[in-house]
Amino acid sequence: MPEKIKITINDKDYEVRANQTIMQAADSVGFKIPRLCYHPKLSIEGACRVCIVEVEGMRNFVASCAYPIYDGMKIRTNTDELRRARRDIVELILDNHPLDCHTCERDGNCELQRLAYAMGIKTRHFEGEKKHYDIDVSSTSVVRNPNKCILCGRCVRICSEVQAVHNLGFSHRGFKTVVMPAYNEAFSDTVCSTCGQCINVCPTAAFVEKNYTQDVFEALSRNDVIKIAQVAPSVRAAIGEDFGLPAGRNMEKETAAALRKLGFDYVFDTQFSADLTIVEEANELLYRIKTGGKLPMITSCSAAWMKYMEQFFPDLIDNISTCKSPMSMMGAMIKTYFAEKIKADPKNIVSVAVMCCTAKKYEAARPELMVNGMRGVDHMITTREAAWMIKSAGIDLVNIKGEEFDEPLGMSSGAGAIFGATGGVMEAAIRTAYEILTGKEMPDLDVKAVRGLKGIKEGAVMMGDKEIRVAVAHGLGNAAELLQEVRKNPDKYHFIEVMGCPGGCVGGGGQPYVGLNCIPLDEGLLKKRAEALYNLDKNKKYRKSHENPDIKKIYKEFLGEPLGKKSHELLHTHYKQHFPQGIIPGGGKC
Amino acid sequence: MTKQSMHDRSLDVFGKAGFFKSQLRIALRNCGIIDPEDLDDYLNVRGFEALAKVLSGIKSEAVIAEIKKSGLRGRGGAGFGTGLKWELVARERSDQKYVICNADEGDPGAFMDRSIIEGDPFTVLEGMAIAGYAVGSDKGIVYIRAEYPLAIKRLEKAIEAAKKANLLGKDILGSGFSFDIEIRLGAGAFVCGEETALMQSIEGHRGMPRPRPPYPSASGLFCKPTLINNVETWANVPVVIIEGADWFSSVGTEKSKGTKVFALAGKINNTGLVEVPMGTTLRHVIFDIGGGIPGGKKLKAVQTGGPSGGCIPAHLIDTPIDYESLGKIGSIMGSGGMIVIDEDSCMVSIAKFFLEFTQSESCGKCTPCREGTKRMLEILTRITEGQGKAGDIEKLERLGNTIKKASLCGLGQSAPNPVLSTIKYFRNEYEDHINNKKCTAGACEKMLSYTINDKCIGCGACKKACPVNAISGAVKQKHLIDQKLCTKCGECYKTCKFSAIDKG
Repeated sequence: MPEKIKITINDKDYEVRANQTIMQAADSVGFKIPRLCYHPKLSIEGACRVCIVEVEGMRNFVASCAYPIYDGMKIRTNTDELRRARRDIVELILDNHPLDCHTCERDGNCELQRLAYAMGIKTRHFEGEKKHYDIDVSSTSVVRNPNKCILCGRCVRICSEVQAVHNLGFSHRGFKTVVMPAYNEAFSDTVCSTCGQCINVCPTAAFVEKNYTQDVFEALSRNDVIKIAQVAPSVRAAIGEDFGLPAGRNMEKETAAALRKLGFDYVFDTQFSADLTIVEEANELLYRIKTGGKLPMITSCSAAWMKYMEQFFPDLIDNISTCKSPMSMMGAMIKTYFAEKIKADPKNIVSVAVMCCTAKKYEAARPELMVNGMRGVDHMITTREAAWMIKSAGIDLVNIKGEEFDEPLGMSSGAGAIFGATGGVMEAAIRTAYEILTGKEMPDLDVKAVRGLKGIKEGAVMMGDKEIRVAVAHGLGNAAELLQEVRKNPDKYHFIEVMGCPGGCVGGGGQPYVGLNCIPLDEGLLKKRAEALYNLDKNKKYRKSHENPDIKKIYKEFLGEPLGKKSHELLHTHYKQHFPQGIIPGGGKC
Repeated sequence: MTKQSMHDRSLDVFGKAGFFKSQLRIALRNCGIIDPEDLDDYLNVRGFEALAKVLSGIKSEAVIAEIKKSGLRGRGGAGFGTGLKWELVARERSDQKYVICNADEGDPGAFMDRSIIEGDPFTVLEGMAIAGYAVGSDKGIVYIRAEYPLAIKRLEKAIEAAKKANLLGKDILGSGFSFDIEIRLGAGAFVCGEETALMQSIEGHRGMPRPRPPYPSASGLFCKPTLINNVETWANVPVVIIEGADWFSSVGTEKSKGTKVFALAGKINNTGLVEVPMGTTLRHVIFDIGGGIPGGKKLKAVQTGGPSGGCIPAHLIDTPIDYESLGKIGSIMGSGGMIVIDEDSCMVSIAKFFLEFTQSESCGKCTPCREGTKRMLEILTRITEGQGKAGDIEKLERLGNTIKKASLCGLGQSAPNPVLSTIKYFRNEYEDHINNKKCTAGACEKMLSYTINDKCIGCGACKKACPVNAISGAVKQKHLIDQKLCTKCGECYKTCKFSAIDKG
């Protein structure tokens, strides 16, 4: 039994667990003290001062997020003086913030907006000078708008503490304080992995994705091109949230239908190319094992992870699977296999990827992924952008009649579906590798050891008489930790899956902003989204990538064999070292 | 070693009259008397005797008990009990503890820490070593701003000499106690004088305060228990050990023991460092030691405690100087800045001046300090420019109180002091500025108006001097200033040889 102590909140006695902060204790008994810079997954900043409370015997207010409780502590959370101070503090933030709510990306989903309303700020007392900074649109993925920044530091903390990228830090003093990359480099020149987690945790719109919806709408209005969309697994598990549906509702068919209504001629499923990736990757793994190739082999499907790896772990480039990501494989197949099939000039195809990701925008623009001199994916839009387009076009996603994906790049196995959750690629690859290596059916297809939200997961699978040791990391910080281990102990694993975002793609930087009663990175939310994908898997006719009949067909009709000449040309790539431009070590945290 | 008491030597050297007569120099006892670069000189004035004394068999608990009994309180500003702080660190169990000397003196016009290190670096080292022994630390760090090159040089020399003489380093004087000191340079951010920011800076991070608890005594530098005291505090330690807690606590008031060094500046005849027993009145410091106000002007206020201290009006100058009394009247002891303000100064401008400093030195982390001080400064600026509005004073008070109570660190919590204390004691000046658009002291340039009186002989000099052609008039006739064009630069006033231009 954890130790209990007695505290008083607003004149009422409570018995709560010891060793927690005032905010945690108050949360546990039903007081949700207003807060802004606090995030349970990040270190305590104590900067915004919105969560101040009164503690008897203390001269000043204390920040409830940081202050520990003690036995007999008397706390007040809602006195007139506190309410006024909190109101004034939030007004001070507003006074240095653009007043463009109705045209802002985060309108209706902004923590500052909600807080300002909750504080009852009807008039302004202290308005004055506002900050003016250039908006950085240099990155393919992330737009930084310091004018909307309220300096809560969540982006700084997630970038260093969770993602271990250390791209952001505070610069300058006082009123001129601003969050920026080292030397205020253009974002495109920084070590930013483009993962977009800063967007997810930002309470305002200081970070948003680079928006390509206008390009897509323009393409959709053209009659002289063939418009093709592909939809990532995690999109269907989350897009409903943007339409007020509970998390974890699978919107696969509705999304396909909505995209067709938007004007796409064909809607394909990235889960198909996930199956393709697995067939290539499982074969690559077995080839490496057989021929004494570089091990452990590390997955390459996460775009943020690839950029991060090129910058911080270039010594492991030979360990990285040469397989392109499912998105890029799909892009390549659309512009070759499918173009041939419908006898179209691939130059007249506009290929749009709908992803849970911001980093895929960067991936889509990578020159090494070009297909016969063309981009495989012309535009990449996030789940949020897709949801906005659907709303903007007046399409009723919630009540729409669902439709199937198009042939021949639309059918997928359950293995392709679980790509969106951390451990999914590993599980899918194991299913296929097992059968190729042993020639037998795998007794239990669920590889529980690699599921779940533990930062680094390890497991071992007996494939015949061979033990294959595997590890899974999600979130770049966990990945870095795992790879340091690989550097020290190169023989420890055969196969490693890395996903750049916490939770894998379901927690991607392009997923819907969380609603009222949730926080970004919330484990419950990530689990619900992942659950949607595991349910998809469970109910699929085929649960192994290599059994997908359309995969068999594409090899027979077009690709030949896994790792063959055509595969090599269209489905594989290579990576090279990038030199990081600036790294800001995170604040000293204990 | 002589057995002469440690603190009265300066009178012999500097004479028993005037400026030094009623000072009691404990922290400054050796400054200007010994050669700071010569260890022997320090040894001759009973230097390192205190360290030798504690190492010769006094238990660490007894050392802490002695410091506690002396009533010594932190001289950096907040006045936390030094002995208690030591005890908290001593109680912690850890493989590593740190002792830090805070020499990041940042108050404009304050130079007591610099003077102590430049004049008597060994006493700081000795104080730190004694603390190291008492709390169980073998590692000391002096955090000093890079703008103090001479102090740094002397400190380096002193550390080297002390190491050579086995007064620092391994197995000091064969006692088995080891203590090493290194120097870390700060880049001169005011906020780095705040202890948590200072430690962040030592660790190589941006100097920004973090919430407490955990206090440094539990989790400080590199997350280890850390004892951090200011230079002046360290300089007192050897004296407490040698002269004894009883003697030390006989100096000062009931709750504020010993002496305090002040940097006396502003409109005062004798400027400089002054060390007086706690409890000495402001009047004594200003008129007896400081020699009063130059030019026979009237005293208007005294600003104590550095840029975040408060302004004490002339009618309160019989207030004794100690932590509690200053706090009671809306000011602070701070690190010991003391700026004398005469009748020619505008209190609104003074408040604005100090707030400008704290605003630009705010680290930018917490909202009240970062945004709130900016808004206060904007209001003050418009008041001093004749644009003040009804309700401005109330806004300043409201913001000031919120910033005081809600800010993360001491910088923000004290930044509104100059404004709140001037409103408290000089509200009429604020009202004059706002309601009558008048700065009685004539210090707010934008509120002045220049007019030409009948003494004008029409020489045309002012007309030529005016950069905006605001002055008109025929030769040998009285000239006229167009108030709409006038930018209040004062060139005409300076140029006129006939006192024909009125300013007011």
